Amino acid sequence: MRKDTHAITYPRFLLRVIGQSFEGSWRFYLWMTVLTAIALVGANAWAHQLAEGMQVTGMSDHVSWGLYIANFTFGVGLAAGAVMMVIPAYLYDDHEMHDVVILGELLAIAAIVVCLLFIVADMGRPDRFWHILPGIGRFNWPISMLTWDVIVLNGYLLINLHISGYLIYTRYLGRKPDRRWYLPFVFLSIGWAVSIHTVTAFLYSGLGGRPFWNSALLAPRFIASAFITGPAFVILLLQLVARLTRFRVGDGPIRTLTSVLRVTVLLNLFMLGSELFTSLYTGGTHGAAVTYLFFGLHGKAALVPWIWSAVALNVASAAILHLPASRRSRAWLDAACVAAFAGVWIEKGMGLIIPGFVPSTLHEIVEYAPSMAEWKITAGIWAVGLMVLTIAIKVALTVLTGELSVEPRGRADRAGTAERAGEPAAAEGS
Amino acid sequence: MTQPSRRVALKVLGGTLGASAFAHAMEPLRAWSKDLSLDQFLQRHYKELTRDEIGEVIHRHEQQTREEYGREVTIRDVRPQEGVQFGYALSLSVCIGCRKCVEACHVENNHDRRTNNSYIRVLEMEQGSFDMEKGNATYEHAVPAKGKYYLPVQCQQCDNAPCVSVCPVQATWKEPDGIVAVDYDWCIGCRYCEAACPYHARRFNWTKPEIPADEINPDQGYLSNRIRPQGVVEKCTFCLHRTREGRMPACLEACPTGARVFGNLLDPGSELRWVLENKRIFVLKEELGTRPRFFYFFDV
Repeated sequence: MRKDTHAITYPRFLLRVIGQSFEGSWRFYLWMTVLTAIALVGANAWAHQLAEGMQVTGMSDHVSWGLYIANFTFGVGLAAGAVMMVIPAYLYDDHEMHDVVILGELLAIAAIVVCLLFIVADMGRPDRFWHILPGIGRFNWPISMLTWDVIVLNGYLLINLHISGYLIYTRYLGRKPDRRWYLPFVFLSIGWAVSIHTVTAFLYSGLGGRPFWNSALLAPRFIASAFITGPAFVILLLQLVARLTRFRVGDGPIRTLTSVLRVTVLLNLFMLGSELFTSLYTGGTHGAAVTYLFFGLHGKAALVPWIWSAVALNVASAAILHLPASRRSRAWLDAACVAAFAGVWIEKGMGLIIPGFVPSTLHEIVEYAPSMAEWKITAGIWAVGLMVLTIAIKVALTVLTGELSVEPRGRADRAGTAERAGEPAAAEGS
Repeated sequence: MTQPSRRVALKVLGGTLGASAFAHAMEPLRAWSKDLSLDQFLQRHYKELTRDEIGEVIHRHEQQTREEYGREVTIRDVRPQEGVQFGYALSLSVCIGCRKCVEACHVENNHDRRTNNSYIRVLEMEQGSFDMEKGNATYEHAVPAKGKYYLPVQCQQCDNAPCVSVCPVQATWKEPDGIVAVDYDWCIGCRYCEAACPYHARRFNWTKPEIPADEINPDQGYLSNRIRPQGVVEKCTFCLHRTREGRMPACLEACPTGARVFGNLLDPGSELRWVLENKRIFVLKEELGTRPRFFYFFDV
């Protein structure tokens, strides 16, 4: 029965997938061109940063991490949050979620790519990247939390690449996926998703010299806010997919994710409030960073507009999500998602990284504002992330809808049965 | 068949435009990679290099300094001595906050001239308070000011150093004589150590240091004051190129008041030991458990 081995069909599959990534409507081309342009602006800014040094950023020895690490932290949350589709699909056997869970996995991949790029952008010497490769460089594991982060982030990337790649490939072949080849990885990815954001929180919370970060609540807060951004992004994504592609999405997944959001937005606000109470009621130097963040300190108040915007957005999203309107109207729900996403981006980015450095360890107040170069590089990296996500989803959906399969188009009306998989794949690329 | 072929032609055109735009965007990297040799790229960690290999690396660095800064310098790999554990003590009663030590550090360690960098920061503290929040590191008036005392802070060479723990590539470590060193040729510039240090002791090279040839200190240590490359972290090394040969750190020599006491913790006859045994000493942020090698005291 079987004619071709994987050694032949898999490279052919990859070729067709690559071909498919350059194929699309005028909307697709326009979207990708815009993203490419933004990515190129970012690449150019990064090249300048490398050549002229990181003096082109707004960072200093006082605030030695800025917009890049802020976005990195947020990106890890987005990647971890995508697992909120995997949990209902596989742990609670939610069938409708099962159909769209692959979008979450692809989102995780794109988000991890974004995170890794932000780390590269933040490195003073990216040419020495090999120093951090286990076995080749000098990997300070298990002492340095950063080495743990290298392991969990790359591991998460590989796990998700495997799961989604395997599912798409078997669907392309028209075969039923073998549970042994993906289910263990799915369950692994659930635990792993929590680990990536926990380890990222530990990067900061383990530093005794930075009271603002040195809190046991940091990791739980990270997880809670990750479960805001992930579902919020996916709710918007599902609607876009439904509108722009032939892929059908039921209402179930959006309802489930909205229920998750309703809990996590409140949980996140509650934990933020707990941190605020502890810092402000206790007072003293331990609360100095919080005071600086929310009210300004000694006449310096660069972060005040940022954090109050975040609070306003988070409170607004929580309020909207609990109004009956968000149940009836998609517009309200979408507004809540956008607000929640933006609110967490600020809270967990600028609102979390910068106050760790202000006041400094010697209690000097040196402020930070991102430079134009940092904004360009940041925009460029997000553009690359969106390109990865767009192509990944596009390819996945053309396979899932049966448009792209090993069989000639005419016969592959419904994929998924074992007999079909055995049929010869003759007329390739009709 | 005109439709598909036009599509292909457009794709090829788009691809070509994209590739050339990318090449153009990356143009600044050409100048940057010119300075980067293969030897430099493949150079291993300081601790993995043999004496001969270090000799070669040093030769390359001396040559580079000659070419890029126009100055003949000597870089030595001064090793720690047996039976020596360095420590430093500073009398807060005597220090007047003149910042001569800051300046001496700047000159000795070949710091970037534009940023006026130094490994030492002096806080002007309020009499009767130990709250750094009330301190001021940027005072510009005659010293000592009334009602103030002065707290110079530099690397505390912690025995339990957070910067060493967090470094993902072991580019910074504790030397046998207690000095926390950095391999400037191994550091990847992630600045995690800068975030981890509770004493603001670390500095990053945000750009290539700029120093006029005649101001360069030609007496250089491989792990200390040689001119640092762009994009790596640096810190106070207790002037190991001096102290490992029995000289005093530049900051101590510059101090007009005698507030600074440097020495070998293992030498019972040293002035440092006398201070530690007879004065009421304390360390900064003891509660963090970093176990500093830098001690402060008041002469009462």
